[in-house]
Amino acid sequence: MLTVPLNYYLALSAILFSIGVIGVLTRRNAIIVFMSIELMLNSVNLTLVAFSSFLGDSTGQVFVFFVMAVAAAEAAVGLSIIIALFRNKVTVNIDEINLMRW
Amino acid sequence: MNIDYLFFFLLAFLSVITAIVVISNKNPIASAMALVFNFFILAAIYLTLNAQFIAIIQILVYAGAIMVLFVFVIMLLNLENEEKLKDPLNTRKIFRIVLALSMIFLIIYLFYFIDIGLHKTISESSIKIGTVEQIGYQLFTNYLLPFEITSILILAAIIGAIVLAKKRFP
Repeated sequence: MLTVPLNYYLALSAILFSIGVIGVLTRRNAIIVFMSIELMLNSVNLTLVAFSSFLGDSTGQVFVFFVMAVAAAEAAVGLSIIIALFRNKVTVNIDEINLMRW
Repeated sequence: MNIDYLFFFLLAFLSVITAIVVISNKNPIASAMALVFNFFILAAIYLTLNAQFIAIIQILVYAGAIMVLFVFVIMLLNLENEEKLKDPLNTRKIFRIVLALSMIFLIIYLFYFIDIGLHKTISESSIKIGTVEQIGYQLFTNYLLPFEITSILILAAIIGAIVLAKKRFP
């Protein structure tokens, strides 16, 4: 029987989520920003799986399955947006992509 | 010190290190490789939580499909001028890092000191609920409508990706 308490898993998830937030806020490469978003999605998945296992309820793991499906769809669409932007402006620097800034 | 704690701290340390490498490396390919390692370590953490199906799906979908897409796009774009992407450590960046670190301490404070309840140890039924059988049963009975809507979402994503990445935008 596992003895690591739930708080440890939640703290690890919080640390991973914050690393993802730091990546989104500080990096200028659009692909790295995208990877940081994947990090954040994964940390939320870790929270869901931890609660699911500790409560003995499989709903959390089903939800993680849906989160992964949405993440796959989001990665495909987002990377094609990056390709379309790169074709128009020949850069992935998100400071230079200010088409919709008011 | 229990062997479970030792194993958990090893995996947690490795996952945090690889996550920091992802956001701090200059080379996008090296970041992608560190992210693949991070996904594998997270799959191992899922296995310590008795979630076998999620661990395998994590490796298949994230470390397999999504990361191949990332590496493919990085190689397709052929990013040469990495110097333009460099950002000196100005006050705005420091402010952002301080903001994110304050958030991490707030969340850890909440998680560590709030009494979550009686769930000090992992549930005894967790071995049963993590199997493919149980997750599949749940997906095709209680969660059938979300499952079907997911297929429509993925179809929309396929069409959207093709339309966006086409040579001539309509």
